[in-house]
Amino acid sequence: MSADTAAANLLEVRGLTKIFGTLKACDAVDLTIRKGEIHALLGENGAGKSTLVKMLFGSLEPYSGEIRWNGQPVKIANPNAARKLGIGMVFQHFSLFEALSAAENIALSLDDQTPISTIAAKAQALSYSYGLPLDPYSLVGDLSVGERQRIEIIRCLLQTPDLIILDEPTSVLTPQEADKLFETLERLRAEGKSILYISHRLEEVKRMCDAATVMRHGKVVAHCDPRQETAASLARMMVGSEVHAVVRAPVEGIETAEALLEVRNLSRKPATPFSMALKNISLNVRAGEVIGIAGVAGNGQGEFFEAVSGEAMQPDAGTIRIRGKDAGRLSITGRRLLGAAFVPEERLGHGAAPRMKLSENLFLSRYATDSKAFLGPAGFVKESAIDAATQRIIQEMDVRKSARDPEAAALSGGNLQKFIIGRELDRRPTVMVVNQPTWGVDAGAAAKIRQSLIELARSGSAVLVISQDLDELFEISDAISVMHNGELSKPLPRAEATFEKIGLLMGGAEPGHADPGLESV
Amino acid sequence: MIEQILITIATAATPLLIAAIGELVVERSGVLNLGVEGMMIMGAVTGFGVALTTGSPWLGVFAAIIVGALFSLLFGFLTLTLVTNQVATGLALTLLGLGLSGMIGEAFVGQPGVKLAAIYIPGLTDIPFVGRLFFGQDPLFYVSILLTVGVAWFLFRTRAGLTLRSVGDNHGSAHALGINVIRIRYLAVMFGGACAGLAGAFLSLVYTTQWIENMSAGRGWIALALVVFASWRPLRVLAGAYLFGAVSIGQLHAQALGIGIPSQLLSALPYLATTLVLVLISRNRRLTMINTPASLGRPFVPDR
Amino acid sequence: MRIELVRRPQHSVLFSTLSPFMALGLTLIAGAIMFSVLGKNPVDALYYYFIDPLTGIWDPSNRWQLHELAIKAAPLILIAVGLSVCYLSNNWNIGAEGQFIVGAIVGSFIPVMFPGFHSWIVLPLMLILGMAGGAAYAAIPAFFKVRFNTNEILTSLMLVYVAQLFNDWLVRGIWRNPEGMSFPGTIRFSEWAILPQIWPDAGRAHWGFVFALVAAVLVWFMLSKTLKGFEVKVLGQSPRAGRFAGFSSGKVVFFAFLLSGALAGLAGICEAAGPIEHLNEKISIGYGFTAIIVAFLGRLNPLGIVAAGIILALTYLGGESAQIAIGVSDKAVRAFQGMLLFFVLACDTLIHYRVRIVGTSGMKAEAGKAGAV
Repeated sequence: MSADTAAANLLEVRGLTKIFGTLKACDAVDLTIRKGEIHALLGENGAGKSTLVKMLFGSLEPYSGEIRWNGQPVKIANPNAARKLGIGMVFQHFSLFEALSAAENIALSLDDQTPISTIAAKAQALSYSYGLPLDPYSLVGDLSVGERQRIEIIRCLLQTPDLIILDEPTSVLTPQEADKLFETLERLRAEGKSILYISHRLEEVKRMCDAATVMRHGKVVAHCDPRQETAASLARMMVGSEVHAVVRAPVEGIETAEALLEVRNLSRKPATPFSMALKNISLNVRAGEVIGIAGVAGNGQGEFFEAVSGEAMQPDAGTIRIRGKDAGRLSITGRRLLGAAFVPEERLGHGAAPRMKLSENLFLSRYATDSKAFLGPAGFVKESAIDAATQRIIQEMDVRKSARDPEAAALSGGNLQKFIIGRELDRRPTVMVVNQPTWGVDAGAAAKIRQSLIELARSGSAVLVISQDLDELFEISDAISVMHNGELSKPLPRAEATFEKIGLLMGGAEPGHADPGLESV
Repeated sequence: MIEQILITIATAATPLLIAAIGELVVERSGVLNLGVEGMMIMGAVTGFGVALTTGSPWLGVFAAIIVGALFSLLFGFLTLTLVTNQVATGLALTLLGLGLSGMIGEAFVGQPGVKLAAIYIPGLTDIPFVGRLFFGQDPLFYVSILLTVGVAWFLFRTRAGLTLRSVGDNHGSAHALGINVIRIRYLAVMFGGACAGLAGAFLSLVYTTQWIENMSAGRGWIALALVVFASWRPLRVLAGAYLFGAVSIGQLHAQALGIGIPSQLLSALPYLATTLVLVLISRNRRLTMINTPASLGRPFVPDR
Repeated sequence: MRIELVRRPQHSVLFSTLSPFMALGLTLIAGAIMFSVLGKNPVDALYYYFIDPLTGIWDPSNRWQLHELAIKAAPLILIAVGLSVCYLSNNWNIGAEGQFIVGAIVGSFIPVMFPGFHSWIVLPLMLILGMAGGAAYAAIPAFFKVRFNTNEILTSLMLVYVAQLFNDWLVRGIWRNPEGMSFPGTIRFSEWAILPQIWPDAGRAHWGFVFALVAAVLVWFMLSKTLKGFEVKVLGQSPRAGRFAGFSSGKVVFFAFLLSGALAGLAGICEAAGPIEHLNEKISIGYGFTAIIVAFLGRLNPLGIVAAGIILALTYLGGESAQIAIGVSDKAVRAFQGMLLFFVLACDTLIHYRVRIVGTSGMKAEAGKAGAV
């Protein structure tokens, strides 16, 4: 590297290490970001990307290593120090306050005593200049995910940082919203700012980033120019081996197959002040097929899942039918007894009790359907039978763990998700409804989960998958519907579906009336 | 006569108001301290004892404030540093406070106390009908009003107040932004303890001027209920405290008049009223969901 | 310098067992300091608190003291066993004192109103009425919680004051024994309404202690071996996962409150029909609140609660003997009990976290460079 380019380095990280207990989350990480570049940080879930940027932003204290800013060694003790240096961050799981207004949220990360009204005016002006319109006095709790991200970005820009860190920013956006974000980022680069862009979406990285650092198991495994690489070669670097593509055999005669899950004119009032109403949703899932439901988070997917699973019952029994029987007024247990199985979005605290053992978590969703095997007289729990089933599932799904029967919270996200999916597959359910099957799961586990869902469908069950991950839905679905603002679009057969079409539906465009020139944000 | 009744209502309402305002700040920061009763009774016994031994009621007041704050630190250390269950720890603080105060106060039983004198401003206090109500009450009455207004201003008009509310709304986000969640909560807990101690001093230096074991008689719990009733808004706490003051004074007058209802059943009225009010306020689920600090009672362990 | 917690991947089995003992040890140390401050010899004081009431174990002439211990332990265990179900299911019933009193009142209805009713059935009826009374009183906060989402902590506690005042009114008013001079209290129960003693020759301990042991074993079995127990624990730890499992949180709220109310009510009527033999205004010496400490010291496990109940009963008796022997105020007992709960809660932290004491960040950076932790 010549002296000229060295002077152009904004941030240099050498040998940065962070240890949690016995785990080396970051192991001697090197990273160099030049002025005016968009630098991608690539890696699987759990590779250590978040730990690294948290150390750069002062949220975590490094164990050892050096950070140089404009050539000077610095110690970043806390986020305030990072902001003073000129580092701004847009968080993946937003760091916003629902009960406060947008302007108050922004004020909280500015150190000075500027009055809220001034901040609101500045924020509004800045937001319009970047084409990210924002009402500074709206309550964050009432805003959509996309709007929340705008607040995060505006908050970050108001600090006029030289380096902006974005953690998985497009995972919550429609493709069109993501394009809008890319324009903003390119404009920032043109203004001479540097951007550290964390993503696992390789196409975006190839399209936009000037340099990339790839991490695996806490270590940097490659520095490269993403434009010189292919998506496949980048994926190999991230995963460390070839990722097996999911095999999806076409189904035939699906039109005549029996509808195992029917949803008819399902409507639901918002259950809490911040939740979404469901409006007249109808959908059939037939034996043998996988139907995917796409949509930006917070458009009613959680409410829909609750209504289908029976965690929330419907007043009209006919709105949900499972294997031809009215199930709208049945509880989740009643629906399970009809042959349905459910996997919710949140693993810890919803699909599984974090502080309970895997065997207890197996019992959790199956005590009723397997009551003959698992329960004796007077509700006596047969622990040995449950234990045997637990070990069977662990074997079947290749769940990696540290003890024979550990607490759910002790497993990594991917392994716990494999167990939760395996717990339901083990029953051979006729209807399977899964919300975000591979959210936060590593590539190997994700491939296994996706393949097993397709296989379940091909063996004659009906599978409904709700996901924010469009790549995933295109990989496994036979038809894709889109949920927007509590409404569900007609399923588009896989052959007709494109990212563009689905993206427009996610942004709220009517099917068939979509005008690609129209700004959909 | 009416002025006299209003003044007695204010006397009954003031300790509730002071303790509830303190607890409101604690809860706004996301911490549920059920130890108000224990901190209050510690304040009462300290205030009484110090005033008795020094002869100065003001020294008693200051000692009560300091002891209340120190006592709350016990709770703070357990729940904030050791991340214990807040409900159980608050209960422990109450049980410990009741026990310790009984032990400390044994020597004071039956002793005549020192009264914190009402203020007197020549001219103003003598104004007919309203003079004593506005210009002739005990000093802590004015403190309670200033405290309420001050807390309302602090919470909704200052940056520090905004920070405190943000911590109560989402401690994870606040931590990510670099706000020191634990430090803010410690300060809030100590403020709550100081207020409870002050409310206790009011009981033993103004309200009765003697030491009786368990003399707080559930007022700490009623203060907790008032915070819920007021949906975490200071001015509504003021209204609630005076409403409760009116109920308890009303039942005392009814007892004095001897209207044929047994005194014990009349004494139960404030407790029944508290229950009723809690039920009525919680019926509106939407209102409570929007106003409750979202992190209230949830444990927080910062990762470093 | 600051204290840092590091979450353990699994809860520590070692510290689950050890923490109550550590808490007891710390309480003894703190107690010794407290007695020294009070100007008493701490060794003497602790002897009278914890050893003197137990001399009956090896000295037959003091055997009556063990019976007194059982009398004090019985209500504590009964109430705390019920509370363990409440707390495990995340229902904060802190009104057991009130449920205890109402159980005593309702159970006393027959012997007070029909003193001439002499039959073997009187006692079983009294016990059933006592349980029903306690359960019904506990159902009030449960109903408010389920129906209106009202905070059960405050409502259950408010009802304690109401129960105390109501009882006070009864025993000074319409239920007062006309021949009791001016002392508040009902007439003495007839012999048909008295809970028999277990070994009348050896001491006063009554069948309430047996009920307590039976209740502890049954509830332990329910919690650890049956679907109902699983339901209670899941809904307490992780309500959303509990609903996903298909359990109804409303039903469990009622189950926990009714069970703990019934056990508190049973404890109440056993107290009236046992050692006191009538109903008076001092029917409870704070059993309902002390039982909260018992429940936590027993780590919410009914079998642990039996041991914890005996330890807390010891402090009551020890408080009396220490007062007689060395003049320590009986008020010290409650301070002692409060400290115990504090230490129990603090020690429980070790079950889920490792505690590290870290120097200032500058010092830590130095240590980091040197390669040490």
